[in-house]
Amino acid sequence: MSVLLEDLFQIAPVFLNVGAAVFGDSLREAGYEVVYVDWSPPAGGDARIADLLDDLL
Amino acid sequence: MVRRTVIRKNRYFDSVFLMRVARRIASQQGMSDASAVLATEANRKVLIGMGYGDDGHDPDFAVAGPNDLVIALEGEEAAVDAIAANVDSYLSQGSETSSGTGRSLPRPRSISEAMERRPDCSLAVISVPGKYASREARTAIKKGLHVFLFSSNVSVDDERSLKTEARQRGLIVMGPDCGTAYLGGAGIGFANAVRRGPVGIVGSTGTGMQEFASLVHQAGSGISSGLGTGSRDVSDAIGGISTLMGIDALEADPATKVIAVVSKPPGTAFTATLAERLGRCTKPVVLCLLGAVPDSWRIHDPEGSRGKPKLRWAFTIDEAVASALEAAGASEPAFLRSDERVMRERAAIEIGKMRPEQRHLRGLFAGGTLCYQAQAVFLRSGLLVHSNEPLRGMPELPDPDESRESSFVDMGAETFVQGRPHPMIDASLRRKRLEREGKDPTVAVILLDFILGAVSSPDPVGDMLDAIRNIQDEARGRRGHLCVVASVCGTDEDKQGLESQKAALAGAGVLVFPSGAQAASFCREAAQMLAHRKETADVGPA
Amino acid sequence: MGLKERINAANAEAFRRIVAADPVLVDVAPASEVIPGMRDRLILHSGPPVTWDRMCGAQRGAAIGMCLFEGWAADPVEAEQMLRSGEISLEPNHHHSSVGPMAGTISSNMWVWVVENKAFGNRAFCRQVESFQQFGDHSSSAIAQLARWRDVWGPALRAAVRKMGGIPLKQLVARALLMGDEMHNRVVASSSLFANAVAPVLVDCGLPKEQVVDTLYYAGNHPFLFLGISMAAAKASVDPARGVEASTVVTAMARNGTDFGIQVSGLDGEWFTAPAPRVEGLLLPGWKEEDAGLDMGDSAITETVGWGGFVIGGAPGILNFTGGTAEQALAFSREMRSISVGRSPDYLIPALNFEGSAVGIDIRKVVQTNTLPVIDTAIAHKEPGHGIIGGGIVRPPLECFTKALTRFGERSSEWSEGPLSGRTATSIPSS
Repeated sequence: MSVLLEDLFQIAPVFLNVGAAVFGDSLREAGYEVVYVDWSPPAGGDARIADLLDDLL
Repeated sequence: MVRRTVIRKNRYFDSVFLMRVARRIASQQGMSDASAVLATEANRKVLIGMGYGDDGHDPDFAVAGPNDLVIALEGEEAAVDAIAANVDSYLSQGSETSSGTGRSLPRPRSISEAMERRPDCSLAVISVPGKYASREARTAIKKGLHVFLFSSNVSVDDERSLKTEARQRGLIVMGPDCGTAYLGGAGIGFANAVRRGPVGIVGSTGTGMQEFASLVHQAGSGISSGLGTGSRDVSDAIGGISTLMGIDALEADPATKVIAVVSKPPGTAFTATLAERLGRCTKPVVLCLLGAVPDSWRIHDPEGSRGKPKLRWAFTIDEAVASALEAAGASEPAFLRSDERVMRERAAIEIGKMRPEQRHLRGLFAGGTLCYQAQAVFLRSGLLVHSNEPLRGMPELPDPDESRESSFVDMGAETFVQGRPHPMIDASLRRKRLEREGKDPTVAVILLDFILGAVSSPDPVGDMLDAIRNIQDEARGRRGHLCVVASVCGTDEDKQGLESQKAALAGAGVLVFPSGAQAASFCREAAQMLAHRKETADVGPA
Repeated sequence: MGLKERINAANAEAFRRIVAADPVLVDVAPASEVIPGMRDRLILHSGPPVTWDRMCGAQRGAAIGMCLFEGWAADPVEAEQMLRSGEISLEPNHHHSSVGPMAGTISSNMWVWVVENKAFGNRAFCRQVESFQQFGDHSSSAIAQLARWRDVWGPALRAAVRKMGGIPLKQLVARALLMGDEMHNRVVASSSLFANAVAPVLVDCGLPKEQVVDTLYYAGNHPFLFLGISMAAAKASVDPARGVEASTVVTAMARNGTDFGIQVSGLDGEWFTAPAPRVEGLLLPGWKEEDAGLDMGDSAITETVGWGGFVIGGAPGILNFTGGTAEQALAFSREMRSISVGRSPDYLIPALNFEGSAVGIDIRKVVQTNTLPVIDTAIAHKEPGHGIIGGGIVRPPLECFTKALTRFGERSSEWSEGPLSGRTATSIPSS
């Protein structure tokens, strides 16, 4: 269930960091909750396979 | 009180593990006792002795053997029923301490996996390379997440479909190419530490929002929320989907007293939409559309002609801050007022030390919006500068790597950051460019900006200081004088420290101004003076 | 039901079948007696199909060994000629409900462990594990070991297992996992548990004393004895999950030293292969990196059911395979959850707070996260004629999974409507 945008104005979101860790780190250092995704290019960077994954997963 | 056994045939568990399972079951509401054992002859006797399976109502227990697991339950009927229906979850739960926090687990490898573990996540901060960005953002939206999309190089079609899909689910996509946002007190991305207050922002420009928020903070007020939209949101191709969502949300937000829209000029069609929307906004709105012409907006604000205008136009971010503070009931701080006469006097002193061939200005910007704003300041006085990111009406630099005459270069533009960190994080490219500009004997004035904040370099000024000193020395070596002008975007609460950064610049003889607009205004005065001096010089000795 | 939901439901069914397995060791028997399709002049081998000209050195050496063991050839030269000419057929174990360690060779007179999955009624077979011929050593002493297994130990264990009415393996494996085994390269506890279980019965089988004593020594001192049983148990457990329509769960990972191949439930009968990778590991004294052959063996069937590398965090005895730290080993086991359908209700890992092992590798998740299954394995020499030279960790090439996923995409239109219709229980040998 998603959170209303207006509600995020009151209480900071729980962040999901996907990509460069520096964004998550700065939020975490400021005391906010951050969940990190250890991201790497899907399918080893093969766009065709990544498209297929979107249909299957 | 009832007693019942549940049998799981052909299972093996360590007896100590089963003791813990039993204790956990026994501690549930309504339970008085529980056992979990393999049905060996000895264990069966014990259970029978405890009163289980003796009335013939437990046919499974009667035939259970040493390879079968018996869970014996004693308690209120409802509790026993509930446990009996759910026995397997107690066997597969592992220890509660580990599965509870998820701290012992490795980081999830995908958004889906992360959401399985932490369904309370509500905003995805995505900074993967552009070609993967749409895919990750789409997944995030499907999982019910709002999105802060720092990645650039996302196609217009993808941007439109992402934002449309998100809007249908009540979610906002900030970006692509979004640098800054403030939500619930948290500064996201390239954001400065600012206090909370009555001013809400919707912005398509990251450094514009940073500069705005920092100045509001310095003036003693604060930010309620700030929504980045990405630089292309206000184009007609996107139609301001995120901008409009942001305005709606801020209008509904009780903490927001005034809404500031900080943006590059919108597309023609969206200008009409935005004007219509702002015209019926129930809260005061400050519009800072850097480089846009205000005339077309007046007609949408009939109130504006008499009494207190609801829609306040701002040419610069400084003006936007002053208007927003006034609308919020605060007074305009003195540091935002620039005195052109004082500026001219200072410029005259600087230029007086220069050689005649020193005629040109060079701006090297880390903040794209500050580059844009500086151009707007110049254009307003009819002065032209070359730029790699030209404002409408400004000549474009044919080669971003080579300045011409007077040039303002956005060092954060696409060409400079491909495969390289942004100049706000890594100053090396801007430093090299500065050293090159300093070797040009025609250069009179260098304009720089420094952006503080959580994600920025730990010492943005320190990264450039040696280079600044070097080019000043070189100019002195040519018996000239190089005037270096700067502004620092940040607050006293930023980790870099606003005052110490400014002091370091001042110590190196740099003219430091409280804002990008004022630094640009000073440069404009200097440019006019240089142009005038050139004219007189041309007719002089010859 | 949308395609994704359909795949998820199919995977749940494949997972259910794997964890519902009830493997029981029911016999030890000559291959010709029990393996479907076994015949004279046929050598079964590990991994996906491979021809003699592409076969790696160690597997060639093992095949030569089988020709000598069966008496088809008088010497290695003649054996090689027969193999090269095609006089001897070569087929994958997996096409015959079988698995074999390393080169994995099985011929008619090779005795095999027979495991029956009582929950589904299917059987699977694995040859015994030793340290010489299966690594490509075809010396007379290596062949003599095979003969002793055929003539002495195999028949004795057969008598004992039959007299016991079979040995249930689920409890034995669950217990061994708690004792530090991971059922692939660490089977010390399970081997002891097995030896303890058969010993009193073996004594009571009416066999000649020398055979009983010899077999007790063999069973009681063979640190890899149980690997053959655990491989057969894994094969018997996963085979019912083959052919579940629209399922993306892996049903086999097998290597022949030339190719790494995987099979997928919803694409039954097809292999998806890529060049076999190099094993990262430790070598026995006297061997160098350049001596090592590429990844080989059917033993990754253990990982396919969630043992081996998937539970290596619970096997402190082989930490040196994983870089020597418990943290790394635990990280491997945790990581495997990212690519699996669920957790085993039976096979728990104490070091991971008694959480169940990750079961049911989903090729979609592998590709999505670039997380490849962790396999711990032994290393053979690249040339024929040597025994074991080391062991370590290997991961399959991503290409196997992207190929399978591509094929799955091509066939997915077939599954867009209609109810699940996985084939019934018993394993169906493919092609």
